[in-house]
Amino acid sequence: MDDRKRTPGPSRARNSKEPGWAEGLRQLYDSVVHEPLPDSFDDLLKKLDRAEHEND
Amino acid sequence: MKTTEATGADGGDAFRRDLLAVLPHLRAFARGLCGRPDFADDLVQETAIKAWSARDRFMPGSNMRAWTFAILRNHYLSELRRNRHQAEYDPDSAERLLVMDADQEAPLHLSDMELALRKLSPERREALMLIGAGGFTYEEAAKICGCAVGTMKSRVARARDQLAHLLDPEGDTIGSERQQA
Repeated sequence: MDDRKRTPGPSRARNSKEPGWAEGLRQLYDSVVHEPLPDSFDDLLKKLDRAEHEND
Repeated sequence: MKTTEATGADGGDAFRRDLLAVLPHLRAFARGLCGRPDFADDLVQETAIKAWSARDRFMPGSNMRAWTFAILRNHYLSELRRNRHQAEYDPDSAERLLVMDADQEAPLHLSDMELALRKLSPERREALMLIGAGGFTYEEAAKICGCAVGTMKSRVARARDQLAHLLDPEGDTIGSERQQA
């Protein structure tokens, strides 16, 4: 499941003029992005699988 | 043609892979919008299922993150309307957020940031989440929110002003030195 680690988002250029909290805002976002998916998402994958097979 | 279509029976795998890859981003966006990790994750799961069901409408090669963010946003707004009191921010969940962030490397004042973010109007908050946190362009963000680019720009500008003020009420000097010290 290395796919989960890929970050499709654009690379972010650092702007030296930006205030300190701008970095904090990105960190807030990135900290969640880098969390492993919680167990509750296992069911989601199964649901997608089921939907996929129904679709065949 | 080497590229697999992202839709249809054959391309389901490609679509699925791309959808799974954006789940962490959807979680980050959702948490920024609603401030509640549990509610945010519900939103993400429901969004993923909606996206999966609507995959025939996804244009292969277009931006999966933008496409799913729009679905999540619309779903969030309809949940807000449906169940207003539950979706509102409550301080307890902010506490939980802080606990969750505790083991992250967090030199900045994420708590202040979170609390300040909660004080913005929903429009400004989502604008800032898309542009400032998610790294979308104004054009992409405007499309996600279904508004004009100029509207998005002014929302972001106002959100930035308000956030700067909330985080540094003293005024003009930047808090970054203090935060990095």
